[in-house]
Amino acid sequence: MIADLRRRIAATRWPSQELVKDRSQGVQLATLQKLARYWATEYDWRMPESKLNALPQFTTEIDGENIHFIHVKSPHADALPLIITHGWPGSVIELLEVIGPLTDPTAHGGSAEDAFDLVLPSMTGYGFSGQPIEAGWDPGRIARAWAELMRRLGYTPYVGQGGDQGAAVTDATGGQAPEGLVGIHLNFLRNALANVSGLPADSEEERAAAAAVNAFRTGGFGYFLEQATRPQTIGYALLDSPVALAAWMLDHDTDSYYKISRAFVDGQPAGGQLFSEELRASFRPLR
Amino acid sequence: MNGDPAVRPFHVDIADEAIADLRRRIAAWRPPEQEPVDDQSQGVQLATVQDLANYWANDYDWRRCEAKLNALPQFVTGIDGLDVHFIHVRSPQQNALPVIVSHGWPGSVIEQLKIIEPLTNPAGHGGSAADAFDVVIPSLPGYGFSGKPAATGWGPDRIARAWAVLMERLGYARYVAQGGDWGTAVSAAMARQAPDGLAGIHVSFAQMVPLEVLGHIRNGDPAPASLSDAEKRAYEQVAFATYHRGYGVIQGTRPQSIGYSLADTPVGLAAWLLDHDAGTYEHLAQLFAGQPYGAITRDDWLDNTSLYWFTNTPTSAARLYWQQAVTGKNFYAAADVSFPAAVTVFPEEYVHAPRSWTEQAYHNLTYFHEAERGGHFAAWEQPELFSEELRAAFRPLR
Repeated sequence: MIADLRRRIAATRWPSQELVKDRSQGVQLATLQKLARYWATEYDWRMPESKLNALPQFTTEIDGENIHFIHVKSPHADALPLIITHGWPGSVIELLEVIGPLTDPTAHGGSAEDAFDLVLPSMTGYGFSGQPIEAGWDPGRIARAWAELMRRLGYTPYVGQGGDQGAAVTDATGGQAPEGLVGIHLNFLRNALANVSGLPADSEEERAAAAAVNAFRTGGFGYFLEQATRPQTIGYALLDSPVALAAWMLDHDTDSYYKISRAFVDGQPAGGQLFSEELRASFRPLR
Repeated sequence: MNGDPAVRPFHVDIADEAIADLRRRIAAWRPPEQEPVDDQSQGVQLATVQDLANYWANDYDWRRCEAKLNALPQFVTGIDGLDVHFIHVRSPQQNALPVIVSHGWPGSVIEQLKIIEPLTNPAGHGGSAADAFDVVIPSLPGYGFSGKPAATGWGPDRIARAWAVLMERLGYARYVAQGGDWGTAVSAAMARQAPDGLAGIHVSFAQMVPLEVLGHIRNGDPAPASLSDAEKRAYEQVAFATYHRGYGVIQGTRPQSIGYSLADTPVGLAAWLLDHDAGTYEHLAQLFAGQPYGAITRDDWLDNTSLYWFTNTPTSAARLYWQQAVTGKNFYAAADVSFPAAVTVFPEEYVHAPRSWTEQAYHNLTYFHEAERGGHFAAWEQPELFSEELRAAFRPLR
């Protein structure tokens, strides 16, 4: 499997270069060629594999589907249980860096009272969770599965967190208000995307946000529309061509595209401890 | 030489290694799991793609297509810095009317091959010698054997100017233009530019939606109550196309991102090209399951798909959507053509143009006819009927 991935990347047939100097026609050829070279020659999948396997991982069947999740308990007593849901184009991998700071805040500049017990599930159809063979696994159904998961793990009270599609799931969890759930944190207001004309525009800040939503709706909406209407059609390319998959995932939004692009083109990392600090602060009133 | 204005003969000759590589890639295809629905509501169905991939890798013969193309007079000539490939077949009849026929996405000159005979030699196809055409069929810039633009700017307007240069270079002093899909936008642009020699256009896809109606579609409004039944139907069809056709939005905003897929995986490309509109897709799915689709055969469809693959043009072709999108002009917006224009509405086209809107969009509508059969690829699917439409539409202009 790993050898096949390398072979496919090495055999990539490239399109002609974009005709513009920015990302306005999509993922730039130079970025993707750098990514492909690194992926085929230097990248080592065994590293994240051992990182994952160093964590307590489980699967359990809920509502007929196999659910994969990482479950890390805090060394601190009275930690607040927290279920975090990833989104697209992510997976539990995007959450690995917050496990240490959230479960063991004292080792990361925080205080013991802010500790969390962490549950990081793979959404149905993603990563190591099962691939549903019937339609119906919408955010509401995933949210009900998460409530069952937390109940099964014996957590009450607990909190939920999510961005992107994880925000949709977490939002749905909030609406369902299952027993034990005491609060949610979102780092994405998904409903704003669905209701552009209804967005408030009273302040400068609100107008800027509405403009950003509009820009996404007009300029960055293609992948979303395709996946919302024709997921099978784009599926053929994403499974057959690693470079096609890499390009499709890179093209999420302007900010993350340029950050990731810089990581490959200039070798610059992007990021820090902000997210964990934010979560500690936001859930403090619920403890 | 790229951009050389001399008209040079052209011959298709794809390397054996490219053909072997295509077969290898199809054979090494990694299929996704089957869609969890039993219709096309999630996109191109796995069973269809499997049928297509099996046939393409095992039974399909590109050399047959190549021989068919090479039996026709083909040329390239540099216009506006870009090599333009075209098929040029003169009628055996004197006083034939020259016509330049423009294809669209996801097509190529291959979708026009079946109309060459009926148009150049109508007497041999149930028509009269007086209706003969000299036929010019160019590959759009970035498509097929035409050059790939290295800079932005090759939208329908610029292509239209290039076509006028081409017809002038071929010595045609009086001619007509025809197109559907992108070809309709190019033909309408020619009509607005009104170059010397152009006598009229015929389109098989009318760009006719009034601007205020497009505003309602953009807002997601229900069809205004004031619309007639025919207008309401067109409203629903354009609204559906606007909100359900991701390929158009992707190609309009991110042609490069999807380009990596279409350049690297033949099956990914084939699936993408199958997914044009719901009606065409259903026909194609049945075609690969063994049912006929008018005159279109599995080989025909794969000739076109293989052409995109071998020339590695899906990305340069998709950029035409981007080029249109940056102008802010909606593809469905009323063409605003004052030049003589003829329109045929094919019953299975994904937007069914109502006569009322068509008359407002083409101010000098010389011909309007709803054909009996045919859809988005009418020239390919119903070549005799399509040719009959062109004869009737252009008769008053001779």
